[in-house]
Amino acid sequence: MKLLAVVASKAGLELLAMGGASVSFTADVAAECAARGASPAYLWQDPLFEKSPSEAGLRAIEAAVRQSGADLVLLGADSRGREWAPRLAARLGAGICTECTGLKVEGDIVRCERPVYGGKATAVLELTAPVKVVGVRAGVLAAPDASTAGLPAALDGVDTSGSERWPVRVEHVAEQSEGPSLQDAKVIVSGGRGLGGAENFAVLKQLADVLSAAVGASRAAVDEGWVPASWQIGQTGKVVRPDLYIAVGISGASQHMAGVAAAKNIAAINTDKDAPIFEQARLGLVGDYREVLPPLIAACKELLGR
Amino acid sequence: MHSVVCIKQVLDQDIPPRAFRVDRAARRPDVAGAPLVMSIFDGNALETALKLREATGGGAVTALTIGPKGAEEILRKALAVTADNAVLIAEGDLDALGAAERAGLIAAAVRRTEPKVDLVLCGRQAGDWESGQVGSMVAEALEWPCVTFVSQITDAGSGRLRLRREVEDGYEVIEAATPVVVTVTNDESNVLRLAKVRDVMMAHRKPITTWSAADLDGARGAAGAAVTDLFIPEKSSKCEFVDGKTAAEKATNLVRRLREMKVL
Repeated sequence: MKLLAVVASKAGLELLAMGGASVSFTADVAAECAARGASPAYLWQDPLFEKSPSEAGLRAIEAAVRQSGADLVLLGADSRGREWAPRLAARLGAGICTECTGLKVEGDIVRCERPVYGGKATAVLELTAPVKVVGVRAGVLAAPDASTAGLPAALDGVDTSGSERWPVRVEHVAEQSEGPSLQDAKVIVSGGRGLGGAENFAVLKQLADVLSAAVGASRAAVDEGWVPASWQIGQTGKVVRPDLYIAVGISGASQHMAGVAAAKNIAAINTDKDAPIFEQARLGLVGDYREVLPPLIAACKELLGR
Repeated sequence: MHSVVCIKQVLDQDIPPRAFRVDRAARRPDVAGAPLVMSIFDGNALETALKLREATGGGAVTALTIGPKGAEEILRKALAVTADNAVLIAEGDLDALGAAERAGLIAAAVRRTEPKVDLVLCGRQAGDWESGQVGSMVAEALEWPCVTFVSQITDAGSGRLRLRREVEDGYEVIEAATPVVVTVTNDESNVLRLAKVRDVMMAHRKPITTWSAADLDGARGAAGAAVTDLFIPEKSSKCEFVDGKTAAEKATNLVRRLREMKVL
C-alpha cells in the first residue's frame, strides 16, 4: 500500500511511522519529514494557505495524493486534519475512519480501531475501498527518528481555481496563558463542574504554578463560562498525555476521559466516592477540594522546595 | 438568512460506563429503555443559528433530521426553542447508512428546501459514533465551502458571515460568503436554551415536513468501510484511595504517594 501522511505541523510527524510520502505547508516541517524518511516529502508554500488554510490545504492534499499515487492517506485528529479527512474522502470516493486509535494494514484492507460512544465502546472498521483515508489520534503512532539526508520536494499542480470564493482567515488569536501548554505539560491540573465557579480556578492555578503544570478543564466548566473553550480537555477538546493528570471536581464523563486516556497517571479529588473518575484514576482522594487544595499546595511547595 | 440545522437523535450520552452494554454480534449498543436525546453538539448548532437569527432580526431556522418516526421528538424540541420549521427525512434504520449517504440525503433536502438556504449548521460530531464526518461531507455534496469547529457566528453584512473557529491554541476569525456549511463546537455562548412552556405547546401544533429517502434521491454509493466488531474495552486500573482523618492529612498522603510513584 502506498502511504501519504498529511503533516501540517510537527505534532503530525508521528504519522510518518509507517513510511511513505508526506505533504506539508512550511519549510521547517517539510524538512523534518524528509529527514525522517518521507519520500517524497512534498512542500507546498503559498500565500493562499495562510489566507484560506482549509480550502487551500485540501487542494494541495488532493494534488499530493495524485502525484504520489497514494491509496492510504493519514491525517491527524486535530482541528485541521479533522476538517480535511471527510472532505478528502468525499472527493476521492474513499473509505474513511476518523478518530482512529489503532490501525493495521492487512493486504488490501486497512483495519482500524476507534473509540465510540464517548469511549464506552470500541469499534473495529475495515476499510475496503481502493483508497482509504484515516484520521489518527495523537499518540497512537510514534515519529520515526531523523536518519536520512533527504530534502523536501516542491509540490506543483495544485488547482486553486475558485479561490476568490473561499472563506478567509482574518485573524488567529493564541489564547495560551503563561506556563506550559496543555499539549506539552508533564503535569496538568484540571477542574470541572465541582469547582462551582470561575473564581475557584484561581486556586487550581496556584497548585499548577507550584507544579509547573498547565491548567485544563472539563466541558462542563467551559459550558458554565468559567474558562475559555481552549482549556477544554476531552474527546471534543484537547487530547493530552501528561505524566500526571490531577482531576479536581471532575466526575469523569467518558467524553472527558477520552481526552486523558494517554495520561500515565491520574489522581482524582472528588467529594463523591462513586464518581466514575475513580474507575480510571490510579490515586483517589475523597474530599472537598476547598479543604484539600490549600494543604496540598503547601505539601507540594515543601516537597519541591518552591 | 435561512439556516438549516441538522440534528440527530442519539442514545443519552450520560449513560454511565458501567451501565453501557453492547450486542457484539449485531454490533450495536444494547441498552434497552435508555433515553434518546438530541445529540449535544447539534444543540449547540441550533442555539448558534437561533442567536444569529435574533441578531439579524429576521430570517428563519429550519431543523432537519434523518431517522425513524420517533426522531420527531427532537424536531418538536427544536420547534419548542423557536425553530421556525421542521423536516424529517424518514429512514427506519439510520445505522445502515454511511456518512456519505447521510450527507447526500441532507444535501438533497437542503436543495429542495424553500426559501433558498444560506447556511447549513451541523454539530461537530454526533454523540454516538463521534465520527465528525457528515457536516463536512454535506459541504462536499452541495459544493459549498465549509468551516468547522465554529462556536460563534455574526453577520458581517452583504451576504458575509464572521465566524469564530476554535483551534488548539486559541481561535481563528474566519469570514465566509454564504452559502456555506458550518460545523459547531461548544463554548459558553451556545448552550441550547430551555423552552418556554407556551412554546412547547405551540410546537406540538406545528407541522413537520416528511420526505422519504426515495423522494430525495441523494444517496451515494457504499463508502467502502464496514464495522466488523463492537466491544467494551477492558479497564485494568484499580484506584488506590489515600487515607487520612482530615483533609490536610489526606492531602499530605496524596503528595507522599505521588512522590513514591516518582511522578512528583
